[in-house]
Amino acid sequence: MRPAYADCILRVNLSDESVKKEPLPEDLVRQFIGGRGFVAKMLYDEITPGTDPFDPENLLIAATGPLTGHFLPASGKTHFGTKSPATGGYADSNMGGHFGPQLKYAGYDVLVIRGKAPRPSYMVIDDDRVEIRPAGNLWGQGSLIAEKKLKDELGDAYQIVTIGPAGENQIRFACISHDFGRQAGRTGVGAVMGSKNLKAIAVKGTGAIPVADINRAYATGKQAYQKVKAKPGFEGWTPEGTAGITNWTNEVGVFPTRNFQTSFADHYEDINGQAVLERLKITDKGCFGCPTPCGKYGHTKTDQGSAYVEGPEYETIAMFGGNCVLKTIEDVAYANYLCDELGLDTISAGVVVGWAIECFEKGILTHADIGRELKFSELDSVIYLLDKIAKREGIGELLAEGVKVAAEKTGNDSDRFAIHVKGLEWSGYECRNAPSMMLAYMTADVGAHHNRAWVLGHDMAGAWTNVHDLIASETEIKAQPKAIVSDRSAEYVIESQHKRSLFDVLGNCRLQMMELGFEAEEYAELYSVITGDEKSWEDLIQVSECIWHLTRAFSAREIDGFGRHLDLPPQRMYAEPIKDGPNKGHFLSKTDIDNLLNWYYKARGWNEKGIPSKQTLLRVGLIEVAKEMENLGYN
Amino acid sequence: MKLIAKHGNCSGCNTCRLACAIVNFQEVNPSKSLLRIEARFPAPGDYRIIVCDQCGECADNCPEDAIRFEAGAFLVDPEACNGCLICVEVCPRDVMFERVDSDVPAKCVLCGECAVVCPREAIELTEESTKEVA
Repeated sequence: MRPAYADCILRVNLSDESVKKEPLPEDLVRQFIGGRGFVAKMLYDEITPGTDPFDPENLLIAATGPLTGHFLPASGKTHFGTKSPATGGYADSNMGGHFGPQLKYAGYDVLVIRGKAPRPSYMVIDDDRVEIRPAGNLWGQGSLIAEKKLKDELGDAYQIVTIGPAGENQIRFACISHDFGRQAGRTGVGAVMGSKNLKAIAVKGTGAIPVADINRAYATGKQAYQKVKAKPGFEGWTPEGTAGITNWTNEVGVFPTRNFQTSFADHYEDINGQAVLERLKITDKGCFGCPTPCGKYGHTKTDQGSAYVEGPEYETIAMFGGNCVLKTIEDVAYANYLCDELGLDTISAGVVVGWAIECFEKGILTHADIGRELKFSELDSVIYLLDKIAKREGIGELLAEGVKVAAEKTGNDSDRFAIHVKGLEWSGYECRNAPSMMLAYMTADVGAHHNRAWVLGHDMAGAWTNVHDLIASETEIKAQPKAIVSDRSAEYVIESQHKRSLFDVLGNCRLQMMELGFEAEEYAELYSVITGDEKSWEDLIQVSECIWHLTRAFSAREIDGFGRHLDLPPQRMYAEPIKDGPNKGHFLSKTDIDNLLNWYYKARGWNEKGIPSKQTLLRVGLIEVAKEMENLGYN
Repeated sequence: MKLIAKHGNCSGCNTCRLACAIVNFQEVNPSKSLLRIEARFPAPGDYRIIVCDQCGECADNCPEDAIRFEAGAFLVDPEACNGCLICVEVCPRDVMFERVDSDVPAKCVLCGECAVVCPREAIELTEESTKEVA
């Protein structure tokens, strides 16, 4: 018995339907703890260098952490990992809901999928029984429809992940969907699942997870819920969830608008959290164990159609309400529903669509290329493109490759405004006057994703502040001062990258800490009483630094010509002033960008090309990795 | 004493079910929980909390008189139960549970822990004999 864990890795090879179960290796648990740590280590060790992301030998991993499924606030996380079809490098994507806990109750900490099913299939895990079944007419169905059909067939006790047509057709920003509205959205994990001919995974578990001291763990868990409920953000944050920051991001001018041409949308009050509550919401919808549900499930009606949909949450509001300028929350919600059903990541999809519309406006893509006219703010344009992308039809074939490849193929300087880093489309924060957050996007290991480090609080308030307090402090739109660029940004970014990694490692949501200010040390106590392994937050967070060097080394090994140039944002981010709004006229210079990177590399112990130095790798115990980097000629 | 479900407050987090299993069976294993949460998606898009309302249908139909009303709740006497599971069949709310590790079925004992832990006050333990909110 290993308290806190199910103590089992489930390995399934879809090519020959072989199933293997093995105990968690002691070294893996000690050095990497769980979740994102397991994903990083297993991808590095087990993928043959140079494997194409869509090769059957690529892995798709679903990992839980030691806290997943236990009694504490928001222990419902699952961490998916693979070699990314979006970037060619390290990829993971974190998902809420109920899948991870159920996987542990079934007896598995980690599911590792290799190979490719000879025909479209789905996987059923019923405690110790694992079956691969033909997908039949589930193949081709939308993510939500497929989940409902499987629930009807297997029973409500099953927790299910599915892909939609976008995953089947290997769109490089296809997501994995779960629970009618949660997603592992980023980095193309759904496309890898599709490349394996795997439509869905259904899991049901009736077993118990062992606990070091169940009475103490339960009492500590109950206290944790009480402490979360006592935070001011509990009442202030929860009703609107992530959508509640829409006002603030506009007030301070970081709201991506018109394909990041500007950072403020004057219709923001028609697409904010209040609009979600008043015009869409039926129920709050929470992940496992969560006292502060972000999910707002509702119903939207538009001229183009009506639908049940979870959300939109902030990122989708930013990408479709801001970046594609959809004018009403109903339109944004409809775009959200379409992405969910088709199985597209709303963030990447919003960037790709925004880029295509700007290309049309500039005459770079024409009516003949696209098959119709495109317009910002027009839901028909968005619907048309999403459908084409998911089916890889017409213009969709180009856009399905993601904004980086689409811009490279299209030429005409369209890469200047293809908003991505490393091939992953940029998420919902415009950073031309937010140097720390800019650096966070540039250095995120998976590409331009906000969840690796969220440091806007440092840019705006000069220090870490929980999000609820931060947004409560601003109430009006006013011109923002030009941000000061300093080496402190590197320190802030690294601190945040480490903090947030640890939540993905433990298998727990970070929101209660980041948004409400629930204290980090509480998680160390919960970890200690559940595992029986007494650790402080400072002890635990050591794992994060190790992960950041390891994932960097993975990408350096896998991406040809890996180096500093892949950390640069698109030119719009450092060569064009923001057009209007609170940050009008501001932007960072190329010198600022270079300085930010230099400070970061130095603070990380990486060389001028952005490769972890031998000394750094040895210091954190990555001895084999140090040798491999040397053999590759990096050090 | 009675459990009152306020369905509109429920967000489906299942904290109640995990607490129920821990308190009644000392296991981190919500499949042993003695209440159910129905997630009705994609339509109508809401949750229903199904708790035992101590209606007594199980006791009325028990051939061994093994289910008796004590201190506000119907309780199964494991010594008297013959494991026929008629109670499981007749329970109108499907909250009399067959168990994998015992012949004796299990039901809510009205410990009230679900109501204590619910982060959203969706379950209430009340002394009033008010009707459940629809």
